[in-house]
Amino acid sequence: MRDKTVNMMKLEFFAKSANEAFARSAVASFAAQCDPSVSAVADIKTAVSEAVTNSIVHGYSDISDKSECPIYIVCKLLESKRLIIKIKDRGRGIEDIDKAMQPLFTTDTDGERSGMGFTVMQSFCDGIKVCSKVGKGTTVTLEKRLDCR
Amino acid sequence: MEIRSEVSDFGATAYIRGEIDHHNAKEAREALDSIIARMRPQSFRLDLSGVSFCDSSGLGLVMGRMRKCNEIGSTLILQNPSEAALRMLSIAGMDKIIKIERGV
Repeated sequence: MRDKTVNMMKLEFFAKSANEAFARSAVASFAAQCDPSVSAVADIKTAVSEAVTNSIVHGYSDISDKSECPIYIVCKLLESKRLIIKIKDRGRGIEDIDKAMQPLFTTDTDGERSGMGFTVMQSFCDGIKVCSKVGKGTTVTLEKRLDCR
Repeated sequence: MEIRSEVSDFGATAYIRGEIDHHNAKEAREALDSIIARMRPQSFRLDLSGVSFCDSSGLGLVMGRMRKCNEIGSTLILQNPSEAALRMLSIAGMDKIIKIERGV
């Protein structure tokens, strides 16, 4: 049986770090319509923050003019109370997705990134899919069951 | 996010309030490193009771400060971590390797 989309929203914003809080709050507000638990909302906010931060820190690391660096988010709420969140950039892409998803793996050299972004997304969501093409960009799709009250 | 600090006979304590993400981690890093460099405390307590949101940037912040403290022979102690901070620490297993004090 097809899982019908009951609601949808799209966002587009510059890859500026000031938008990290905006993005996670916007997705959490969208999810709020089906009254999810406090912990589900916290999970969603954290996972979205990780994906958006990855696009900013890694996807567009080599471009200084962030007005050329869009991040797109599409959220779909399905009839089965699952939230699908697609976070897409047009950045440099990931060469080796398996390696990038390993806990503690980071390309950061100043020791301030934990390398736990994908691990956090995996831990806080019920599903994650990463599609990436070098030079074209990365799309992370997160799935979260909303244990609605 | 707000950071305030105090000094006592036990060392220095910094209190972080608000959200820790990549956007404000740099500001937090600079503030905390300045306290560590200025006071060179024997033990440096980081009070996380007021942390309302924390992603893996917060983990990086704690890991980096642990390294700074180690470099000068100081010990980093996490104080009263909020639920948001604690669940992030536990994902990385850092709640096992850093001293955590509760009910302080």
